[in-house]
Amino acid sequence: MNQQQQSLWQFVQQQSDKLLSQTLEHIGLTLVSLLIAIIVGLPLGIFIARKKQLSGTVLGIAGVLQTIPSIALLGFMIPLLGIGATPAIVALFLYALLPIIRNTYTGITGVEPSVKEAALAMGMSARQILFKVELPLAMPVILAGIRTATVINVGVATLASYIAAGGLGEFIFGGISLNNSNMILAGAIPAALLAILFDVLLSVVQRVSFKKLKYALFALPVIIVAFAVYYLVPSASGGKLTAGFTPEFMGRQDGNLGLQQKYGLKIHTTVINDAVMYKAAFEKQIDVISGYSTDGRLKAFNLTVLDDDKKIFPPYYAAPIVRADALQKYPGLEDALNLLAGHINDSVMTELNYRTDQLHQTPERVAKDFLVANNMFKPSRKGKAGVIRIGSKVFGEQYILAEMYRMLIEGNTNYTTSAKTGLGGTKICFDALTNNQIDFYPEYTGTGLLVLLQPPAVKLQQITSNKEKTYNYVQQEFNKKYSVKWLKPIGFNNAYALMMRRQQADELGIKTISDLKHFLDRN
Amino acid sequence: MIRVQNLSKQYGQVMAVDNISFEVAEGDNLILLGTSGCGKTTTLKMLNRLIEPTAGKIWIGGEDITAQKPELLRRNIGYVLQNNGLFPHYTVAENITIVPGLLKWDKEKTRNRIHELLQKLHLSTDLLTKYPSQLSGGQQQRVGLARALMTNAPVLLMDEPFGALDNITRTKIQEEFKELDELQRKTIVMVTHDVHEAFELGNRIAIMDKGQIVQMGTPAQLLFKPENDFVRNFLKAQRLQLELKAITLHDVWYSLPSAHDLPDSGLPLNTNESIWQAIQKLKGDVKQIMLKSAQTNEVKLVTFEQLMAAYNHYQNTLTA
Repeated sequence: MNQQQQSLWQFVQQQSDKLLSQTLEHIGLTLVSLLIAIIVGLPLGIFIARKKQLSGTVLGIAGVLQTIPSIALLGFMIPLLGIGATPAIVALFLYALLPIIRNTYTGITGVEPSVKEAALAMGMSARQILFKVELPLAMPVILAGIRTATVINVGVATLASYIAAGGLGEFIFGGISLNNSNMILAGAIPAALLAILFDVLLSVVQRVSFKKLKYALFALPVIIVAFAVYYLVPSASGGKLTAGFTPEFMGRQDGNLGLQQKYGLKIHTTVINDAVMYKAAFEKQIDVISGYSTDGRLKAFNLTVLDDDKKIFPPYYAAPIVRADALQKYPGLEDALNLLAGHINDSVMTELNYRTDQLHQTPERVAKDFLVANNMFKPSRKGKAGVIRIGSKVFGEQYILAEMYRMLIEGNTNYTTSAKTGLGGTKICFDALTNNQIDFYPEYTGTGLLVLLQPPAVKLQQITSNKEKTYNYVQQEFNKKYSVKWLKPIGFNNAYALMMRRQQADELGIKTISDLKHFLDRN
Repeated sequence: MIRVQNLSKQYGQVMAVDNISFEVAEGDNLILLGTSGCGKTTTLKMLNRLIEPTAGKIWIGGEDITAQKPELLRRNIGYVLQNNGLFPHYTVAENITIVPGLLKWDKEKTRNRIHELLQKLHLSTDLLTKYPSQLSGGQQQRVGLARALMTNAPVLLMDEPFGALDNITRTKIQEEFKELDELQRKTIVMVTHDVHEAFELGNRIAIMDKGQIVQMGTPAQLLFKPENDFVRNFLKAQRLQLELKAITLHDVWYSLPSAHDLPDSGLPLNTNESIWQAIQKLKGDVKQIMLKSAQTNEVKLVTFEQLMAAYNHYQNTLTA
């Protein structure tokens, strides 16, 4: 426990610059969106308190906006507003709207009618009644709404990191991807503290009488504008090219850290979720992204992979891994599985992924079309010699491979198959294999090395730059440790890769990461 | 001072106020009396344009009230509400000075006026910095009254001003209200459903029903010359007490016996007071009360029996 705390403290100290800038970004996002929500929501609330027949419609629309899941709302924003602070602020603004409108409406309609009548009867104008009677009396309720909106916004603002708007979400989601609890806590604790801090501050404001509050109301826009300026200026500056990296990539040695150390790459970087990254690159919101080399979106958005000429990304060559006893029990299985070896290169796999992910074809059809085109398809023999259990992880590429293996086994041997596809992750798949619940599944050399074997850093440095060395190492170690055999690689390498728009890369003459570095250094 | 002509207010199919006309002379105290929904409050609120009439015209001080903006009109008409309508977020001082603020009085004038009024209304200056929620019901109502009187508006409208108070406080404030010199000069229109209050405070009463004025006159006229059964029945329940309140000592002065030997001391009761007031004093051991004619300064010493005999005599002459 003590060690955990200490290392969290160390992490915070190491990353204090980043933490500070993320916290300020977070506050900026929250306050700017909140200010806009107040500027819009308050008059709207007053308006529907005057025209009550409109209140149902307005509150209904604001309520529907509130029910849209935050990530979906951020997703909607990308085609309209791209990525970065603007769409995040708009999304946060929409979330903050309902509590502010509703509480303004409730507060104003809740003012004692006799007080309003007295104000009217004393000869106050409608404007005076609003500012001297209704707003002051409704203020506690309105402030309660602003408090709610603030706390919601502090929370939702963590998701802004998905669309490269920064904030403490960068640490939180980076930490989740990297399974680094210090990183998660370094983001989550300040976010929670911010929520508490804002809530306490506003509760103090709520208790102060309205007249004293007036001075604060003058000060508030100044503070918020100051924040807005601080917040918006840095995003306006930056280098010629902008990179959008996933939080996981940002924190990995075989990711951004390696790029900086081995290539000396200095590029203006934003953090972005991989679900929107490819599209953002396509829409020229960002120029360089950290993708997976066989992702179907590579083709869908016409991106090109930069060659990793200094080999910082470990190879992730795919190959079926089979329990040794299954190979003995089912003779001929190994030959059937090896039929695919060397037949699928990166661009073929990308194409196949593109067909399932973007064209929404079934993995079965994609697998069959491929086998037929390569003259490997044979109709099922409907044999009775035994049942081979095929496993796969829970993403498209693995489904396609599992289908291909099913067809190859049933066409070339007398075995039938049963599929246990969609197993949650590497750990689950591998446990299923070693516990004799499945007989094989497609795995990647890099995953086997880094996730399952986890060799010491020295060993890693020796082998990760070379795909054969990596393959040989995992093959030996798996056999020794788990009695699991790596069959021949299928051919493609689904590794981390830097990608750019093909057109831009061609125009700038950038083919490798070193080219990119030179380009950036020149400009 | 106030002239109302053919005033109507229609809500959908309902005629809340149905073609009424009346006048209130300067310094008069007109009570609009009736049950809930008779249109009395609607009538009152049309006088300062809190409600705009469907038809008819109103003049205050000879001027059509639609001639100026409603805000400006209202700043010159005092208004007292049943639930006092004090601003809960303003201190007593701030509440009282709202209208002077709107009229842009200077500070000195405002301060002097505040202190003058507080004294008259028996309010301590300590209250000035308090908020309405920190005051008792009676104090709140007094502050509400002070707010309405602050700018010496010649016309005062009161909507059930004592309705929210308990009996004892109400009686006390009504007493103060009658004695307040500020109010003697004012033209007052007050709404109430309380018959006693009407007879206690009004020198003219308009009984309303279904949006119309059934009868309008002095308390004595309503009691002794009711124009129809509605008025008769309306006043029947508390008739005796009302009559005692409606008849002043001056009305029965001639039938009270002259005094022979007067005590040297004691404050005599003015004959502008009602018989009811005199009877109130004849409680417990007090067997006789000294009265002094407001006109001739003649003093008489009378007993309860003598008062009642005079009252009977007066009643007979009226109904004869």
